[in-house]
Amino acid sequence: MRRLLKGGRVIDPAQALDGAFDVLIEDGRIAQVARDLPVNGRSDLEVIDVPAGCVVAPGFVDMHVHLREPGFEHKETIATGAAAAVGGGFTAVACMPNTNPINDNATVTKFIIEKAAQANLARVYPIAAVSIESRGEQLSEIGELRAAGCVALSDDGRPVATAQLMRRALEYATMFGMPVIDHCEDRSLAGDGVAHEGYQASLLGLRGIPAAAEEIMVERDVVLAGLTGGAFHVAHMSVRGSLRAVRDGKARGITVTCEVAPHHFILDDERLASPVSYDTNCKMNPPLREAADRDAMLQGLRDGSIDAIATDHAPHHYDEKKVEFDRAPFGIVGLETAVSLCLDRLVRTGFISLKRLVELLSTNPARILGVPGGSLTPGGPADITIIAPHLPVTIDAARFRSRSRNTPFDGWRLMGGVAATIVGGATKFRNPQVAWSTR
Amino acid sequence: MKATSATATAARSRAGGPPSDGPKTTRLRGKDLLGISQLSPEEIVLILDTADAMKEIGARPIKKVPTLRGKTVVNLFFEPSTRTRTSFEIAEKRLSADTLNIASATSSVVKGETLADTALNIMAMAPDLIVLRHAASGAADFLARICRAGIINAGDGAHEHPTQALLDAFTIREHKGGLSRLKVAIVGDLLHSRVLRSNVQLLTKLGADVWVCGPPTMMPPGIERLGVTKTTSIDAAVEGADVIMMLRIQLERMEGAFFPSFREYFAVFGLTPDRVARAQPDVIIMHPGPMNRGVEIASEVADGPYSVILEQVTNGVAVRMAVLYLLAGGIEA
Amino acid sequence: MPVVMDADRMARTLVRIAHEVVERNRGVDDLTIVGIRTRGVPIARRIARNLFEITSEQAPTGALDITLYRDDLMRHAVGPQPVVRRTEIPFSIDGKKVLLVDDVLYTGRTVRAALDALIDFGRPSIIQLLVVVDRGHRELPIRADYVGKNLPTSTRETVHVRLQEIDGRDEVAIEQIEEVT
Repeated sequence: MRRLLKGGRVIDPAQALDGAFDVLIEDGRIAQVARDLPVNGRSDLEVIDVPAGCVVAPGFVDMHVHLREPGFEHKETIATGAAAAVGGGFTAVACMPNTNPINDNATVTKFIIEKAAQANLARVYPIAAVSIESRGEQLSEIGELRAAGCVALSDDGRPVATAQLMRRALEYATMFGMPVIDHCEDRSLAGDGVAHEGYQASLLGLRGIPAAAEEIMVERDVVLAGLTGGAFHVAHMSVRGSLRAVRDGKARGITVTCEVAPHHFILDDERLASPVSYDTNCKMNPPLREAADRDAMLQGLRDGSIDAIATDHAPHHYDEKKVEFDRAPFGIVGLETAVSLCLDRLVRTGFISLKRLVELLSTNPARILGVPGGSLTPGGPADITIIAPHLPVTIDAARFRSRSRNTPFDGWRLMGGVAATIVGGATKFRNPQVAWSTR
Repeated sequence: MKATSATATAARSRAGGPPSDGPKTTRLRGKDLLGISQLSPEEIVLILDTADAMKEIGARPIKKVPTLRGKTVVNLFFEPSTRTRTSFEIAEKRLSADTLNIASATSSVVKGETLADTALNIMAMAPDLIVLRHAASGAADFLARICRAGIINAGDGAHEHPTQALLDAFTIREHKGGLSRLKVAIVGDLLHSRVLRSNVQLLTKLGADVWVCGPPTMMPPGIERLGVTKTTSIDAAVEGADVIMMLRIQLERMEGAFFPSFREYFAVFGLTPDRVARAQPDVIIMHPGPMNRGVEIASEVADGPYSVILEQVTNGVAVRMAVLYLLAGGIEA
Repeated sequence: MPVVMDADRMARTLVRIAHEVVERNRGVDDLTIVGIRTRGVPIARRIARNLFEITSEQAPTGALDITLYRDDLMRHAVGPQPVVRRTEIPFSIDGKKVLLVDDVLYTGRTVRAALDALIDFGRPSIIQLLVVVDRGHRELPIRADYVGKNLPTSTRETVHVRLQEIDGRDEVAIEQIEEVT
């Protein structure tokens, strides 16, 4: 079985490719990327004409999602989450372990992988818990989890509780080449906060989470990564102090990488007051920060100090969000909004190039997780995201493939969207709004 | 209704009415009173002027007018508050509304029903107004979005307590004639106080010079952006003040966490007769109640000649009558 | 815009009515005067002054705001509310004669509201009604005891009683209501 993506602009930062190329797929793998590949020849060749203006990129990898299964299937399942992923242009996702039971043992890992195989949509890479039940006490059986298919370690939802545990995790994970992804938050500083500590929270009477709560943990973990030589990755970074700590760490040669979620570089804490006051779809952890932090995240995306964009896709049932702000759970869905938000807010504005966006969404997350993909190199999996940078898109939460609709972006009109998502050579999503021609 | 109604509005503004601090408006814009933040200075003055008329009703032999006959007001209190609930209830009854009290102890809240479901159940009884007290900031905003009825915020978490600020302003205005250019010192637990947030916004909108004073551990970040002067020195705050407003320290959760001890708090921030002596000779001292004598305020001050604490209670009824009236519904077109 | 009563005529009318009040009540003993806001209030004060000139006795004078008693309030879920003004009746009307004063008597609904309000202040022995203009078109069984001028009008017209204290001049004028199309 061979398929040929004909036309379109191919951008693959890993190979420093940017131009009009055709992509030949054979048996689910990239066979060739070259100009003007012949259409004729063998009869089993399926030709897909890439619509004009579209960009062919290595498949996007969302390295931070919550798929909720097992345990919270009313919010999301692996199947609905994987459907949301391909609908949003992601060929692979890495799912956090805070399910019920927590993914701290191979049984849960195998369950996730099996469910993902049944869904047969996006690739799903489980992330294992650093500690048993993410309680921050005893390391989980990392070797076994690695063997079962986990690609990284995290106690996400919570920070890695103590410096000692973080140190041990970083050290131990080095032998498996796994990064430790930390939800950086000093709990004693964050307390029972629900919003960024600052003017808006003061005005609205919401308990604050200071920027320092995150910054302190990033600093701690950078120091520990330096001490151990382990790979530390900052989950959902949100404040400028954290970015400074990451830059300093990188400058010192420490293996530290970081991701930022679209809401943290697009929204700020003024959203808590308007247009909808106390909108629980603007409640996430880390919280929406102040404008200076949001701007710092944008700068980091541009100057390369931020490695990846990850959605922190956190589905919650509408009943759970239709409550007082204090009582609502943290988190918003992101898989089906991220690419359009990035194209509109980062690329349309000229703030970053398409090439840089592909690095943030594909090349770098694949590299940090050490998973296949992230490039269109021949021999690699034919995981491909085709984007339509000029497609007008209106976010419509009612039509999400995800089981949940908790997004602050509903109704947003954006320029740029996903045209098609190809996983292992098979088209898993094709956007009917895009003008596809058939041969 | 009156033959001269076409010119009535214009005439009123020249009729030498009650004292006022600004230009006139004759209506509130929203169906709800969620916070002072939503009110223009003109709307605040309208409420205060209306309260001025309402206050007289409380001095009559028959303290009741038929205005809200047939209107239903639900007092939905998820936090215990005898003072505020009683004040609203008297205000409602003086306006002849039918009132229904739902307190958290007797409601289905304890059975785990959500606020949204509780509200929808109440809405099925078609009330015209809901007075809400709730421990969560933003609860009133939330209810206003899902209810057709007008929502009056009677205190939501650490967010706002608009009728308290309005009655404070009303009391100040009665004593000082207006609010513009008065020095008002607000002292105490600024961080957790919805009274602070409402008062600061109201007082600054009407041109007062507002000083806020408390321990740095209880200073809401960014508070100065509301146009106030912040200080940790109570002496500086009360120096030359026309009004001193003391905020309550919540005994159950403060000691040890935000300051070392009540003893030290009183020494550093307690309002004593010596400190009152730094203020204007005709200073008035306010407290939203209930007071912690010997923690934030000395008994000699609370019981002293400058204290208007009981007047605040009386004026609370008039202000709440004004708010109920202005939100309860309109005249025939 | 025909002026049907000028300042001079208004002054003489209010003197004439004051005499009628004295005559009918055989003096001003136990008489209290209550003006209906807005324009009833200055008229009430003028009547009180005229009564004082006739009898050398001061009748207590108050002001009544009938807004909270209006029968067209609260008929809609939302909408503008009339501004409420202060009622000032700093004397007891229990067992007293009350002279209720307004500028124009039209449908009678304002007077109905005022009567309800007065009853909340006590039980007067008698309430009499004084108006500067009676323009007809009653919708309630109410009549005035003292009328400055009976003025036949159509419902397409409005009657404006203007007073020095409020409007800068004394006059009564009839104006056409402008059609709203």
